[in-house]
Amino acid sequence: MKFNKAIVAMILAIVMIMGLASAAMAEDALKIGVIGPFTGAAAIYGSACKFGAQVAAEQINAQGGLQIELLNEDDEHDPEKSINAFNNVLDNGAQMIAGTTTTSPCIAVGAEAYEERVFMLTPSASSPDVTANKDNVYQVCFTDPAQGTASAQYIKEHNLATKIAIIYNNADAYSTGIYQTFIEEAAAIGLEVVPEAVTTFTDETTDFSVQVSAAKDAGADLVFLPIYYTPASMILQTAKTMDYAPVFFGVDGMDGILTMEGFDASLAEGVFMLTPFSADAEDEATKAFVARYQEITGEIPNQFAADAYDAVYALYTASVNAGIDGSTSYQDACEKLIEQFQTLEITGLTGTMTWDSTGAVSKTPTAVVIENGQYVGFND
Amino acid sequence: MVSFLRFLINGISLGSVYAIIALGYTMVYGIAKMLNFAHGDVIMVGAYIAFCAISYLSLPPVLAVLCAMAVCTALGVIIEGLAYRPLRQSASLAVLITAIGVSYFLQNTALLIWSSNPKIFPSAFSFGTIKLFDGNLVISSETILTIIANIVIMIALTLFTGRTKMGKAMRAVSEDKGAAELMGINVNRTISLTFAIGSALAAIAGVLLCSAYPTLQPTTGSMPGIKAFTAAVFGGIGSIPGAMIGGLLLGVIEILGKAYISTELGDALVFAVLIVVLLFKPAGLLGKPVREKV
Repeated sequence: MKFNKAIVAMILAIVMIMGLASAAMAEDALKIGVIGPFTGAAAIYGSACKFGAQVAAEQINAQGGLQIELLNEDDEHDPEKSINAFNNVLDNGAQMIAGTTTTSPCIAVGAEAYEERVFMLTPSASSPDVTANKDNVYQVCFTDPAQGTASAQYIKEHNLATKIAIIYNNADAYSTGIYQTFIEEAAAIGLEVVPEAVTTFTDETTDFSVQVSAAKDAGADLVFLPIYYTPASMILQTAKTMDYAPVFFGVDGMDGILTMEGFDASLAEGVFMLTPFSADAEDEATKAFVARYQEITGEIPNQFAADAYDAVYALYTASVNAGIDGSTSYQDACEKLIEQFQTLEITGLTGTMTWDSTGAVSKTPTAVVIENGQYVGFND
Repeated sequence: MVSFLRFLINGISLGSVYAIIALGYTMVYGIAKMLNFAHGDVIMVGAYIAFCAISYLSLPPVLAVLCAMAVCTALGVIIEGLAYRPLRQSASLAVLITAIGVSYFLQNTALLIWSSNPKIFPSAFSFGTIKLFDGNLVISSETILTIIANIVIMIALTLFTGRTKMGKAMRAVSEDKGAAELMGINVNRTISLTFAIGSALAAIAGVLLCSAYPTLQPTTGSMPGIKAFTAAVFGGIGSIPGAMIGGLLLGVIEILGKAYISTELGDALVFAVLIVVLLFKPAGLLGKPVREKV
């Protein structure tokens, strides 16, 4: 019995020392709230953000200097729960938010954060509504419509097409928004979009033969698909039946096509996808990130993980530049960070980023291409 | 010219899928005098059963179809017995609303079992393609199979309702339930049988629909179901050849409208044609106008 007591006493002592140590550390550390769906239907996005942010924090803390403490809260992709999570992290001393992961919670939390004056940098909520009319909410990812502009620039820069066809969903704001910015940018930079080959469908469409025929008959060598992967898979199938093999170029909605049950990956061979991050890039930062991420989760990081990693680095760099430390109040931090983000330029895993005063990011578009059922970086 | 032929073939391909679904609608309407709005969802269930049988149990395609037919037949009879039979004496609106309820029930159950992630239906029925005009005109085996299935089913149904005892009982029930009962026909059993046949047809339709358009989701059956219902009304609801002609015409109009007028107006055009046809022929193309005795 005595022996047991001794052990208990020792354990208690250790715990207390550790508690003191972490308390001492936490006092100086910069506290960043990370909010996203770690459970539920959208859990793959939220968990990716959580672990991506964790890798960034580990790297920063290993360098010494200003330390980071991440405060994770689950919102289950529910706006109401997300607001609770936001209040929780504030109560626990968060000075800024790297989040939230998904769009509708982010719009809800953004409104609260605007009232409370807490700086928010979302890794991945991509709707323009996330930042609209809020001077303290910023994005790491492109907004949905900005993907159209970025795609056009990428196609022009890499000479992927002479004649372009577009098939988009005119019953969907995401798809129509990207389509509109794409044709505007295409006209501005001199890409030829064939008017007869611009066709539409709706969520109820089962037959895509007319749309694919129009592209084929117009002689288009690239078909731009600003749509989700389910209709895209039907379009690829139809094109194959018609022996039509142009370059297909999709945006982030295309992500997931390879995970469809029963999907024949050979249909997607050579499909381009606009994405800020490819896990097989050869630079040191990406390699280190991918290696550590795989160690933690056993999975290859997706773009959400990379966006969250960049979000933490951007917040950290801006905080250091502005002289924010663990003792700055969130209101002060907010005003200082807003000022910093007007001039901040940071190179992360998803490119070199700058921000405008609306909170939208600007960075070089990059794309991956599908080869043998894998995403690989495209080099021409 | 080649492109016109290509659109025509695609239209026939889409139309033959509508036609086979419309046969189920028209059969149930003709005999039970009710619109079974859950028909599209029975199609979806049939497709999922066939998908599971082929992908998970590695059954040969023909066996998978039989399996789907068996499950759908049972499902059809159960739906009829639990949801529609208790309402046989109620207003037709009550039955209609129940049918919509059953439709949502099936969709959400499928969502629970198979999740919303789309599955790609295995191409078990593709035996290659026929290519004409230097590959500009492609006819797939699925199209040919669907058209053949349509003709066979149409002939079989016509013979069944015209020549067999059960078929005659069905027609009798369709004309006058009360009189049929007085003549010794078991009305409930006859209507159950109608649902069994209609649901077995739905399973075949589901497999053919997903062979031609392979994305399978819990909502897969709903829009083709509505289009097929339109086709059945277009051809004259209750008329078996009418469903076939209505389905084919609808598919061709939809594809040609999208191709030559506008992809945005394709669906609007389909329903505009329906309205015009019904204005001039209220019973549909092949429907017989029924005089109500007052």
